[in-house]
Amino acid sequence: MLDTLILSRIQFAANISFHILFPTITIALGWLLFYFKVRFDLSQHPVWMRAYRFWVKVFALTFALGVVSGITMSFQFGTNWPGFMESIGNIAGPLLAYEILTAFFLEATMLGIMLFGFHKVPRWAHTLATFLVALGTTFSAFWILVLNSWMQTPAGFEMIDGVAHATDWWAIIFNPSFPYRFTHMLLASGLTVCFLVAGISAYRMLKGDNKKAPKLALRTALLSAAILAPTQVLVGDFHGLNTLEHQPQKIAAMEGIWQTEKGAPLVLFAIPDEETKQNRFSIEIPKLASLILTHDPDGELQGLNEFAGAHPPVAPVFYSFRVMVGIGMLMLLMAWWSSYSLLRKKELTPMQLKILIGMTFSGWVATLAGWYVTEIGRQPYLVYGVLKTRDAVTTVPGEHVALTLTMYLVLYAVLLVAYIKTLFWLANRAVEVEEYDLTRPGLAETRAASGNALSKGVGTGATI
Amino acid sequence: MSWLTADNLALIFGGLTALSILLYAILDGYDLGVGITLPMNNEQWRDTAIASIGPFWDANETWLVLAVGLLLVAFPAAHSAILHALYLPAALLLLGLILRGVAFDFRAKVKANRKTRWDYTFKAGSLLATFSQGFMLGIYVMGLEYNTGSIIFACFSGFCVTAAYAMIGNAWLIGKTSGELQRYAIKQCKIAGVLTLSGILAVSTINPLVNANVYQVWTQPPMAYVFAAIPMLCFAMFIIGYQALKRLPLPADAGAWLPFAICNIIFICSFLGLALSFYPFVVPNQLTLYQAASSRESLIIIFYGAVVVIPVIAAYTAVAYYAFRGKADGLKYY
Repeated sequence: MLDTLILSRIQFAANISFHILFPTITIALGWLLFYFKVRFDLSQHPVWMRAYRFWVKVFALTFALGVVSGITMSFQFGTNWPGFMESIGNIAGPLLAYEILTAFFLEATMLGIMLFGFHKVPRWAHTLATFLVALGTTFSAFWILVLNSWMQTPAGFEMIDGVAHATDWWAIIFNPSFPYRFTHMLLASGLTVCFLVAGISAYRMLKGDNKKAPKLALRTALLSAAILAPTQVLVGDFHGLNTLEHQPQKIAAMEGIWQTEKGAPLVLFAIPDEETKQNRFSIEIPKLASLILTHDPDGELQGLNEFAGAHPPVAPVFYSFRVMVGIGMLMLLMAWWSSYSLLRKKELTPMQLKILIGMTFSGWVATLAGWYVTEIGRQPYLVYGVLKTRDAVTTVPGEHVALTLTMYLVLYAVLLVAYIKTLFWLANRAVEVEEYDLTRPGLAETRAASGNALSKGVGTGATI
Repeated sequence: MSWLTADNLALIFGGLTALSILLYAILDGYDLGVGITLPMNNEQWRDTAIASIGPFWDANETWLVLAVGLLLVAFPAAHSAILHALYLPAALLLLGLILRGVAFDFRAKVKANRKTRWDYTFKAGSLLATFSQGFMLGIYVMGLEYNTGSIIFACFSGFCVTAAYAMIGNAWLIGKTSGELQRYAIKQCKIAGVLTLSGILAVSTINPLVNANVYQVWTQPPMAYVFAAIPMLCFAMFIIGYQALKRLPLPADAGAWLPFAICNIIFICSFLGLALSFYPFVVPNQLTLYQAASSRESLIIIFYGAVVVIPVIAAYTAVAYYAFRGKADGLKYY
């Protein structure tokens, strides 16, 4: 007999891990496109439109993958986790409904105009549509992070006969961990997009693309990353302090603190051993964990011993946290180093370009690792202190879940490969396209075919 | 507001959920239908057909998310019961929707020799999604039970929904295209229309025979006289539609949108017929709207949001359709 609980957990993890890859890109890429579009409107310099046209295609593909994997998510609650809505439906329901009403329709409808409407609507309306798509993705992030944060730090409700009832919507929406988690995720999206744009642009340049657009995109991405990366370190620290206050066992698992201690060391690396309840092969910096988390070298940190039976599995949380922080630091170093080169020497060395190509999807890895820390770190609870994961699972036979899980895994693997290959294929194709006439403002096809031909959508030039 | 009692809210949200399902069936119905009958032997036609749904399909699919979402938030017990029973067909529906959604974008961006592969994926995904929806509807009508009879009925229902979506999809193409492709769509629309009509007739006969409640709804006076207008209107639309298709295309493209308008009426009639058959049950013969509804305070919060936001959604959707009015031309990214 296959275990429905563990299979459903793997399936949910697989679905949501696959899904979050795409919104992580579209949230910030939407704003980047808006920036390109506004710069074009203000300057009429064709290079901005060229950058827009390349990245809007990536946006469209990413958005489509986000939509279809998101629809899967909306079914998962009912198919695999009926206890979730039965117990906290009164809270989660309105939040999800607001996400659909204020975000999903807005972004999906405006996307049509953004992608295909350049010649069909006035210039300002196209820019407005781009803005609304970006706003929609951000609204979507807002509502879903409200719900997720509420599951981590529930507030503003009362339990009556095992069912949560809302008492204060303001407290529910602005629950204790929400502001930190929301900011952390928006910055993660920003950094993911910066390194995606930098990586693909570096690839184009290394392939001999001498056009101005990839250089401009690279510069925009790296200078943004140079600001976002240190901000993320700061916000991450605040987020950690907030977690310490509300979910101390998550911090204990992240830091590998088995016993409550004063002056806890910062464990750089170790192999946490759940059996003997200690770290093996530990490399530590004395007192640093206490200093970071309590701002006192001799501060006391609660260990996992205080939460027997109610703390998350240590190893996955511990390792994921180190992966996230490690990549974050790498991003910070790379962003500063390459920004310095750009500002001082006006160009990057081939080695820098190669490293950037290698880091194209580093944001994905860091974002996933971060989510694993916070979601596995919430276990054994689904809603912290309110509902245990195992109490919410479906009674669908394990064999059925195994079947659908296999289907999703195969499908996601194929789609992920196709997505990445297509991105590089788009980059390759862009390398071969001729440069615009950069000496004159506006777009060549707009100048050539003014008037009624345009309104019918004909007379278009190069599409990249 | 005192008239917003728990029962009234259950009714309002039942209506909203039903409206989302209906809008989904019409809107995603036409773009799924375009996918189902995608002409695989003519690449240019495929480009035009897909261009005609390009700006809309994303938003169309959002109605499914809203429908499932409303069921989830307003009737959580029903949502669990229905999706528990429909676990595997729902997974196939999602597989179909994923495949066609991504194929739509990949086809325009990959190497030329891979494009046909994604076009087949698009077609297969559309077919799988549509058939699964019909199958789910069939199992739902049969009281969410699996036995030989219900599975045969569900397969038949899958076939009917496929025919109906193919019909509305081609009706959409008639409005959106011209020349040879338009003639092709008219022919396809006629065939799909005949199949849809026979499907509706068969389901309308079987449903009252197996469900005593349904039989009662449609035969008990005085309301039965009023309800009888629905099937009569529906069948009249089939006759008018067939006559119109025989005469199309007309000079100056007159009446090109008539088939699509008629399909809309047919969808509304069929949907009303089903909804009336099952009211007040949200899970057939097991759970009523009133039993399954969420708490009043949560529904009120969503109600206020919906009252403000849904008109806004309707407005900008209208703007999008206005912006892309007229015949579909090549799909270009800008």
